Amino acid sequence: MLRGVAAALGRRALQAACVAFAVGALSFLLVRLLPGDMALRIAAGRYGYDLVSAAAAEAVRAEVGLDRPVLAQFLDWLWRLARGDLGRSLVTGETVASEIAHQLGATLTLALAALLLSVLIGPPLGFAMGLRPGGLADRIGLAVSAALRAVPSFVIGIVLIVVVSVRLGALPAAGHGEAENLVLPAATLALGLAAVSSRVARDAMAAVRASPQFAFARTKGLGEGAALIRHGLRNAAVPVVAWLGVQLAALVEGVVVVESLFAWPGIGHALVHAVIARDVPMVQGTALVLGLIFVSLNALVDFACLALDPRARPR
Amino acid sequence: MHRVLAASLACLLLALPCLAAAQERVLRVVSPWEITSLDPSRAGYVFTRMEVAETLTGADDGGLPKPGLAASWQVSGDGLVWRFVLREGARFHDGTAVTAEAVVGALERARANPGVLGNAPIAALSASPGAVEIRLSRPFVALPAFLAHSSTQILAPASLDAEGRVRAVIGSGPYRIAAIELPQRLEVARAETWAGTPPAIVRASLLAAGRGETRAALAESGQADLVFTLDPASLERLRRNPRITVLSVPIPRTIVVKLNAGDPLLADTRVRRAISDAIDRAGIARAILRNPEAAATQLFPPTLAEWHVPALAPLAHDPAAARASLTALGWEPGSDGVRVRNGVPFRLSLRSFPERPELPPIAAALQDQLRQVGIAVSVAIGNSSEIPAGHRDGTLQMALFARNFSLVPDPIGTMLADFGPGGGDWGAMGWSSPEMARALDRLSAATDPEERARLRGEIAAILQAELPVLPIAWYEHTLAASKRLAGVSLDPLELSYRISAMRWAE
Repeated sequence: MLRGVAAALGRRALQAACVAFAVGALSFLLVRLLPGDMALRIAAGRYGYDLVSAAAAEAVRAEVGLDRPVLAQFLDWLWRLARGDLGRSLVTGETVASEIAHQLGATLTLALAALLLSVLIGPPLGFAMGLRPGGLADRIGLAVSAALRAVPSFVIGIVLIVVVSVRLGALPAAGHGEAENLVLPAATLALGLAAVSSRVARDAMAAVRASPQFAFARTKGLGEGAALIRHGLRNAAVPVVAWLGVQLAALVEGVVVVESLFAWPGIGHALVHAVIARDVPMVQGTALVLGLIFVSLNALVDFACLALDPRARPR
Repeated sequence: MHRVLAASLACLLLALPCLAAAQERVLRVVSPWEITSLDPSRAGYVFTRMEVAETLTGADDGGLPKPGLAASWQVSGDGLVWRFVLREGARFHDGTAVTAEAVVGALERARANPGVLGNAPIAALSASPGAVEIRLSRPFVALPAFLAHSSTQILAPASLDAEGRVRAVIGSGPYRIAAIELPQRLEVARAETWAGTPPAIVRASLLAAGRGETRAALAESGQADLVFTLDPASLERLRRNPRITVLSVPIPRTIVVKLNAGDPLLADTRVRRAISDAIDRAGIARAILRNPEAAATQLFPPTLAEWHVPALAPLAHDPAAARASLTALGWEPGSDGVRVRNGVPFRLSLRSFPERPELPPIAAALQDQLRQVGIAVSVAIGNSSEIPAGHRDGTLQMALFARNFSLVPDPIGTMLADFGPGGGDWGAMGWSSPEMARALDRLSAATDPEERARLRGEIAAILQAELPVLPIAWYEHTLAASKRLAGVSLDPLELSYRISAMRWAE
């Protein structure tokens, strides 16, 4: 078990380093390749477009050193990153680390709440449907899940705002700072996640239920409930947990859109604004942190699978 | 789907403790603009609108200067020395007095940073007890208007750290900052240091919500008391809501098409006139802006009484005249409907950007309307900065944007930048007029009201005749206010949200 954990940790650490380099290099390169004059974009981000002029752009160009060779600018970023320095935002002038520290909490709160909520909604419903594959609940579940997955999270969010916030007046439509502000954005993300995890759980449960071992458990005299708890859930949980890892990609992608919609001050929101304003250090910093969140959540999934499935542990 | 939704949300609601803030009622403001920085030159307008920081002067609804942190001012006979007397007893929120030295320091900082003050002909600033003296290099009557711009707000010296970065916004207004979370939230509370009438609203919060749908939902559900800048579709719905008052005022912001008069296709005034004739402004105002009054007949709206010239012949929709004029100029209709002269087809490109949501549909409407008179326009929706970039490298042909003429309350500031010799990033391109330059020059120094009115009329007439930019529509500033509030008014110059003048209607 310990050796398994160490190996998984080592693999993920290496992966994290690769992700850091690739994300940093790619975001640097992509921002450079975007059309338009960077100095003007940054100036627009700082002062608003009404006040942007050639003079303001030239001041930015000189201050940021945009006229230096691209390679030198990139190596400079890499060298600072190696020392743990992410640089300063070109728009606000604050250090990227302090900006992200502020946003990271908001994003993690939202992502974890969404994940938790989706785990509460998706797998239990999926397991229930898997017990009676082809039944009415299963067919309705399939339709709802397909519909939810087909609709972008942006639309789910607006529907939730209109129904829950405007019609029912139950929850605030946007904002943050109070617990109730978390519900709608988390639910928006969770519904998309639960749509998939419920189907995975349903298939896993249906497979386990049709397996010889389950039939044997029933034959040896265990009741339906006891067989399910002792031999069903744990077996069915392995693919569901592994799937959660895959879903994290959807979560990271969803956070970017949902945060903007609900005025939630997280990393995804910051990333959108940083791209528009060509704020390279912020793009690199936020993309890096999102990438590392992705890797570490995947590592957690690895450990959960190791804990659940003894076959995966090296002997 | 809704049943599943409702069920899961009901579970959540039960699980969450309801955190009701029971103490003081908080007035909740929502605006689209993020608080990107504490620096006055970057997002200073947030702090002046929330009445945390003050500028030396303010402006009334008509744009005329009124006292701010300066109680009064005098100008020397030659128009070169201005003396601003500070309000007696003014204190910053940290309890220190607002000294002339602090004001000079803040203004020096504003001059050095990008913003409007660098464009004023200031030679020197000096402090004397209780007053600030500004020495100019030439007479400039719009100085008080420049000093109303948020980038010139006066912060306490303690706001800056050793490197000169703004670390806290310590202003002198009726509200002080209670909490701030960049870039989206700000909370203010009544300041004990305020010597004037204490405002009735004790606490207020500001939330920046960039999406129009979100803002409309916050207004509609009663979760916000003041919601600024609404899209036309939401506005109609909100007007029918019995709990909400919708206010709108035309503001000195005009949607214009900038034309590159240096481009061979657009150099002839008669061609620019033909393009203007081809544009159905009333249709655009009705169908896209949903406000027929918004169609521009000249650059400035009637509410800007000083600059609007009723006697000018209005810009009208006349596609027949446009076609006749283009044909007379040698542009013959080609086989594909696009006019051709000497083998050159009449093709233009137009740049615009999506941050103001009405611009892309207006660009599409213009494309169609010009197509009908035989001009093919390709539309590129990109970033706003493509427009000054194209102005500088000369590749720009047409650009569609909304220009704010009250960056400083007196439009002369923007007019000088846009239509002075050489034009401007957001104004004329490849066009200059000695008469215009002379009129602008005289206007910035003239003090006689009649002379000023005559000069403004002259400027408006030159713009209407030569069309370096084509006015399309006038802008409206909109506010959805909860009926729980009384004393609500909308500042057409967007200098203040005027919270200190409001109260709860019980």
